[in-house]
Amino acid sequence: MEMNQGSANPVVLRMEQLELRRGVRPILRDLTLDVMRGELVALMGPSGSGKTTALRAIAGLEPFQSGRIQVGDVMLERGGAAAVPTLRRLRRQVGMVFQFHCLFEHLSAIDNICLAPVHAHHVAPGEAARRARELLTAFGVEHRADARPRELSGGEAQRVAIARALAVDPPLLLMDEPTASLDPPRRVELGALLRGLLEQGRALMVATHDEEFAREFATRVVRLEATAG
Amino acid sequence: MAALCLSCTANGEAVALHRAEPGSAEPLALRWAGDSEGGAPFVEADPRHPDQLVGFDVEIADLIAHALGRTPQFVLVRFESLDQSIERGDADIALSGIEDTPARRATLAPTIPYYEFREVLSVRDADAARYRSLADLRGRRVATLGGTIAYEILLKAERDVGVQAVSYDDDVHPYTDLILGRVDAVLLDNVLAERRHRFVSGFTTQPQSVAVGHYVAVLSSRNTALRDAINDVLLGAMRDGTLERIFRKWRVWNADQPAMYARLLAHEPVAPIVGLDTSGSVATMTRSDAALRYIPSLLRASVVTIALSCLAMGLAIVIGVLIATGRVYGGRALRGLLTGYVELMRGTPILLQLFVLYYGIAMAIRLPAFAAALLGLALNYAAYESEIYRSALEAVSPGQLEAARTLGLSERQVLTLVRAPQAFRLALAPMTNDFIALLKDSSLVSVLTVMELTKQTQIFATNLGSWVIPGTLCAGLYLAMSLPLGMLARRLELKWR
Repeated sequence: MEMNQGSANPVVLRMEQLELRRGVRPILRDLTLDVMRGELVALMGPSGSGKTTALRAIAGLEPFQSGRIQVGDVMLERGGAAAVPTLRRLRRQVGMVFQFHCLFEHLSAIDNICLAPVHAHHVAPGEAARRARELLTAFGVEHRADARPRELSGGEAQRVAIARALAVDPPLLLMDEPTASLDPPRRVELGALLRGLLEQGRALMVATHDEEFAREFATRVVRLEATAG
Repeated sequence: MAALCLSCTANGEAVALHRAEPGSAEPLALRWAGDSEGGAPFVEADPRHPDQLVGFDVEIADLIAHALGRTPQFVLVRFESLDQSIERGDADIALSGIEDTPARRATLAPTIPYYEFREVLSVRDADAARYRSLADLRGRRVATLGGTIAYEILLKAERDVGVQAVSYDDDVHPYTDLILGRVDAVLLDNVLAERRHRFVSGFTTQPQSVAVGHYVAVLSSRNTALRDAINDVLLGAMRDGTLERIFRKWRVWNADQPAMYARLLAHEPVAPIVGLDTSGSVATMTRSDAALRYIPSLLRASVVTIALSCLAMGLAIVIGVLIATGRVYGGRALRGLLTGYVELMRGTPILLQLFVLYYGIAMAIRLPAFAAALLGLALNYAAYESEIYRSALEAVSPGQLEAARTLGLSERQVLTLVRAPQAFRLALAPMTNDFIALLKDSSLVSVLTVMELTKQTQIFATNLGSWVIPGTLCAGLYLAMSLPLGMLARRLELKWR
């Protein structure tokens, strides 16, 4: 599994003076951060400090009021939702794994992984399925390819969700509280899996409360402070 | 203790004619059932005093009641239900242009006839020369009132000369549809044809009659004593000219009446129908033979019901999906428009919508009956379906939609590949309910002359004079259609859960 090496620039994500409010309530204030290829940045902080919101802003799900976000060659500016062509390019650069995985309930594990490559990126269905099986094998869940999400354990569902996010080969992977529902052995397995991704040259940004996980696997820890509000 | 004044009838039975309560001069009421929707000259609300009834049947009911020393008391019953209502005991007697038939003679206690009518053929003026009889109408649509002698004549003509019988629920729309060209002829009795001629022009009634029938009053088969007393009253009114005065007043007196009265006064039998062989009438058969006779037509009507329901549901789903999508994704103006549509369709009776589609807009768009029925059911059910789909779309977790967006799917793909398939699973159970409801609501389209299962059953019951076998067969057929649907839906739900 080799990642797209299209850009020589080691900076995968750049956030500059990001400010994000909901109504009058500030969520993120003056957030400036670079994430390099091969880095796993643990975004930490108390509840309400804006960890998940920061990930959502990077994924183009949350508009912000000032500053800028650059992922590869895609620039997100302040204001409302980004233009459709910008979002289309962004989503080749960023994969996101949600806290509760959000696998599509009506599709099998393998169909969850093939959906975006086939329909959003026009990969031939056969080729998409071959690549999906490679990912499932790499993450040790190839035997669950035809299972529906409700039939998967928490750990299996998370691996399928990571495989789905990586199916279009994004250089940056965002993960929201990936260890929240894992027991200690599964947490170690996840850490090993993420290290493998770093070795491929990807950048990872993980929002987490898990100090132990951050200490053991993160290359850098960024702490957000709770905004007054 | 009540003192009873008794009168002995010809066969010696005693009948209560008048009951005088001690201290009260209040006479016993004669509850007579009729359908004021049938209109003049039979029974109608007086246009000048809408709370009063007028018509020759009203005057005959008055005549009978007064002769029996009773007070006439009107009971409104739909024309199609008069027989059953009398048998149930809702009224003592029914009068409303009721035809004498073998079925009524077999199951009720009809009086002697008080009026003789002729079944006559009406055609558009331009067709008067070429459509003179039923034999000239091979392959043509001929309208009449369902469950009448005329309908039986048309069913026989369907087999013998190949006309297409079209059944209506009233005697007005056959003539308007004749003028509009939806049918090519109308077969109804001369009283109805002449009445329609006073309001509608453009059709000609052929002089040659197709059959002869009679109006009677009907009583319950348990009430023969009162029936015989009423027969005596009618014979007296024939003898002393009272009936003639009533029918002259309503401009329906003709030479047929004195001839029939003479036969009745001479105690000669009067056949219920002349000109239609009724020896094969279901009323004279055993119940099982009658059921066997009607099963093919009930099965044909079931095919109409299931085809109409499937097509209407298919169309309702398509329109419902479009409405729901518009209400979830559309702009404010579109959402307002679609909400208005849903409220209009849900807030007004489906029967009214069917009437508007078929009759209301006929001057602008002349929809065939099946198309109007299909469209009416589909447009109405689309409103209900759209609400199911809208709530199902809104019930899909926002996380699912965001996950789809982060994968690079366009909003259209998010809808078609993620949101709609999940919403469909949520909508499946209420959709199945709606389909079964539509299957049953399809019986309403008989008002547009579509012969579906309930209408065919009603005709069967009228001809048989009983609802037991037709009702059981009809219920069995509806269950045979709806149960597999329910089972299929449950299997799909289990598969997709």
